[in-house]
Amino acid sequence: MTNLAISLLIGVLTGAGVYLVLRAQTFPVVLGLTLMSYGVNLFLFTMGRLHTAAPAVVGATEQSADALPQALVLTAIVIAFAMTAFVIVLALKARAALGNDHVDGTHIPQADRVMDRRKEPRA
Amino acid sequence: MNAIELLAAVVLLPFLAAPLAAWSARFNRYAAAWVAGGVTLLALAIFSWLVVLHIGQMPVATSHAWIEAAGLSFGFRLDGLSLLFTGLILVIGLLIVIYARYYLSPNDSMGRFFAYMMMFMGAMLGVVLSENMINLVIFWELTSLASFLLISYWQHRKEARYGARLALAITGAGGLALLGGVLILGHIVGSYELTDVLASGDLIKNHELYAPALILILLGVFTKSAQFPFHFWLPNAMAAPTPVSAYLHSATMVKAGIFLLARFFPALAGTELWVIIVSTAGLITFLLGAYTALFRHDLKGLLAYSTISHLGLITLLFGFGTPLAAVAGIFHIINHATFKASLFMVAGIVDHETGTRDMRRLGGLVKYMPHTAALGMIAAMAMAGVPLFNGFLSKEMFFTESVRVAGDIGPVWLLPILVSLGGLLSVAYSLRFVHDTFFGKPDGDLPKKPHEPPGMMKRPVDLLVVLCLAVGILPALVVGPLLHIAVTGVLQAEPPYYSLSLWHGFNLPLLMSAIALIGGLLLYLNRAPIFRWHARSLAHLDARTVYNRLMELLMRTGAGVTGGLDNGRLSRIVVLTLVFSLIAGLVGYVQTVGLPGVQAALDRGTVEDSGDWVTWLGMLLIIIATLVTVIGHRQRLFALITMSVVGLGVAMIFARFSAPDLAMTQLSVEVVTMILLLLALFYLPQQSRRLSSPSRRWRDAGIATVIGGGIAALTYAIISRPFETISGYFLEHSVPGGGGTNVVNVILVDFRGYDTFGEITVLALAALGIFAMLHNLSLPSSRRDPFGRAWSDDPHPLMLRTFAQIILPLTLLFGIYVFLRGHNEPGGGFIAGLIVASALVAQYMAFGIENTERKLHLPIHGVIGAGILIALGTGLVAMVVGVPFLTSNTWHFTLSLLGEIHLASAIGFDLGVFLVVVGSTMLILLNLGRLTDHAIEHPDYASIEASPADSATRGGRDA
Repeated sequence: MTNLAISLLIGVLTGAGVYLVLRAQTFPVVLGLTLMSYGVNLFLFTMGRLHTAAPAVVGATEQSADALPQALVLTAIVIAFAMTAFVIVLALKARAALGNDHVDGTHIPQADRVMDRRKEPRA
Repeated sequence: MNAIELLAAVVLLPFLAAPLAAWSARFNRYAAAWVAGGVTLLALAIFSWLVVLHIGQMPVATSHAWIEAAGLSFGFRLDGLSLLFTGLILVIGLLIVIYARYYLSPNDSMGRFFAYMMMFMGAMLGVVLSENMINLVIFWELTSLASFLLISYWQHRKEARYGARLALAITGAGGLALLGGVLILGHIVGSYELTDVLASGDLIKNHELYAPALILILLGVFTKSAQFPFHFWLPNAMAAPTPVSAYLHSATMVKAGIFLLARFFPALAGTELWVIIVSTAGLITFLLGAYTALFRHDLKGLLAYSTISHLGLITLLFGFGTPLAAVAGIFHIINHATFKASLFMVAGIVDHETGTRDMRRLGGLVKYMPHTAALGMIAAMAMAGVPLFNGFLSKEMFFTESVRVAGDIGPVWLLPILVSLGGLLSVAYSLRFVHDTFFGKPDGDLPKKPHEPPGMMKRPVDLLVVLCLAVGILPALVVGPLLHIAVTGVLQAEPPYYSLSLWHGFNLPLLMSAIALIGGLLLYLNRAPIFRWHARSLAHLDARTVYNRLMELLMRTGAGVTGGLDNGRLSRIVVLTLVFSLIAGLVGYVQTVGLPGVQAALDRGTVEDSGDWVTWLGMLLIIIATLVTVIGHRQRLFALITMSVVGLGVAMIFARFSAPDLAMTQLSVEVVTMILLLLALFYLPQQSRRLSSPSRRWRDAGIATVIGGGIAALTYAIISRPFETISGYFLEHSVPGGGGTNVVNVILVDFRGYDTFGEITVLALAALGIFAMLHNLSLPSSRRDPFGRAWSDDPHPLMLRTFAQIILPLTLLFGIYVFLRGHNEPGGGFIAGLIVASALVAQYMAFGIENTERKLHLPIHGVIGAGILIALGTGLVAMVVGVPFLTSNTWHFTLSLLGEIHLASAIGFDLGVFLVVVGSTMLILLNLGRLTDHAIEHPDYASIEASPADSATRGGRDA
């Protein structure tokens, strides 16, 4: 069950990340990237299999968890932070330069705007 | 000093001189010329000494292993052929340096010119002196690059840029083919050393891969030496300054292809395939070049086509494949280099002193510049093959060889007639060069009043012209020994008997020479109708058209493919990438394991799956939080809060499943990420607008579900199966090898220390990039939240200030504790760095950036730099001790009071990691926070919304 649950969790995190990355404004894309990196980190970590009460410290317990994926994920977490920071600052820069927060740097396309108005007429 | 070191010095000296020349020109523009000339002279002196020492024992070949697995060694070889070419490169190079010193105008950068020229000279020397074939190809490519720079020297001219691109495209493509050919050759022989290759001629010629190797190498030769159908780049390269043309396109670069023909002559020549390809290309080039040269009106254009023609002649000689033809070929290389370099320099003088190179406008210059005219006439007679000049001798040998092999190639009369025709044409264009420039009358006024150039500009030509005459009159005495050595180098054997005398009696070759001379004269006298006919029927043919069409097609296809995939929208590219990787993954998977394999993977694995309901409930909560984040993502603050729930949940999972280091890292990263995103959100719209249509959203949801489901299935399929871990090694060696019991930390700072070093560098670069992007950035922000409520106007609340003060020493202490225990217990530089950074950031938030900076004086950039240097230094210390980079060392010693102390050198590396993490995190957050100082205040929240058309989003409700 635990294996099933963690697989499901990784799948949901990745899927949620993918959906948000496909949005048109910068902030949801950053959220999506963060969720996706959670998923990927968990995936890498899980490749060493799940062990309870067995930290990878020599002599602490009889069995040890797989230390290698842990080491890889540790740096991945920090790098993911750096990447998130870089992307969000890029988004701020783009907003300052272009005046909007669309990922393509363009104004909202006409067709979409029409659709917006049709669905929610202005007060 | 032994031979290899001296040879390496000869090759590398020009490369060292290149930056020196560029640098020296900043002080005095002529200093660059002095540097170039001095270095060339020095190289020549070293080389002469080398030759004197080793003249009796050639070939001298030595190699230093470089990348042995790839067959690459750094080796040089001195034999007759490389001696001849090195001599040509250095001597003519020296003359060209002197000439260029006077040729370049004050507007031209001397430093750049001589730097490029030295680079070219070094590359060329590398080609002719290499012992290893891959080494040779590397230098070969360098000549292409250097010639690109030289041809485009006048960058403001369109034709210079076009000519340079053309030359680079053609010779670069040829270089690629050559590399392929050389690799095949090395594969056949089992060695890339020329000594081995030249000794295995029979093996190569009988090998089944001989044909592809030969064709690829010949592609390299033909492109470089401008052989038909690749000849068209050479005339366009005439956009270069004349010294460049004189050097590259007469004496050196275009001869590199010929050099290669001669170099591989013992290994490749003599087969039917060789004779057919090489002699056909040579013959066509010989005739086509000679014919076209006659109709060029530009002096340099005429010389360019005449060069093509003469290169064709030499290629044809090597194509005959006989030792005597090789003798004639080598002899003509020497002669052509002398007379053609002179002619180019004469053309440059005419251009320099009159302002034009158009033979229709020039004329009668013999009155104004008799000395130059004499030089031009002598060199042109050598080119035409008039007796008593050096060109006559090699042309006689060429005719002799043509007659000798005529029976083997086509009907016995065909070859002699064709080569006589080529000779006739070259007499005609030589006549035209002299007559249209120096005699007759100029057409109207010339742009400048012509006069003799500065004396030093003529001295190089004087010398070469004297050589033309000396060789022509006393060949055996002047050039005999050099020719003998060079031919021995080519054949790698004692050359056959040949006679270098002027007079061989009345024979067929002499008759052919006479026909060529008289016919050429007649042709030139009756040129008017022929010129008219040419202009009418053939002048519009241009090989460049094909090239241009091909390039255009390539560009259009490239632009079409790119445009078809990328329409400038991020989502399009992301979807394409995701879907493509999905399909590639599926196809690759199904193809590898087949359908039964897929079936097997779908079945549940064998590993026992157990667990407790608390864990499952926790995971369920994270899944719910994730879904809530997605559903509510348009309310950005809300989504951020739910996402931090996800992040904390992930940290709990790490803690639950025996990864305390990861849990601590995730927890502290979560803190700084939240601060970061909250700060950023201050400058962004508080809500996302619903910009995509429902169908688009469903499509995206579908893609997300398929990918998420795929990942879930993949994960499950993998972890429900048993596996063999490689971590046993790290567990075993952690204490003896790394001196620490926390295996994760030991892996980071020791086993995979190089990776970690790269990662902290990336972190530092990201922080610096962010710093640069935020510099002087100002963004609109609001004083109200999306619901219209004013933000708090107390930026530094009392509660926060009081707590921050108490917490700071505690967190710092905790950070140090985590850092120090890291090697043996969960903790370490990454985690400690994040903890300390968040404690410091809390100070800045509580007391304001300016205040805190005054108190703390934290040089953040310095912290990052110190971190990287300390990490690097730890690694270097290991190297100083004599062990590989980043090997750690441990010391055990006992101190009174403290007991046994155990210290691993890796702690120094971890300190570097710690400093970089602290510095980078602080740099990012502080500079983002500092933006509030420059924020443009907007009274109304709506005015900072994403687009003008969104007042409907106000009021907090969804748009």
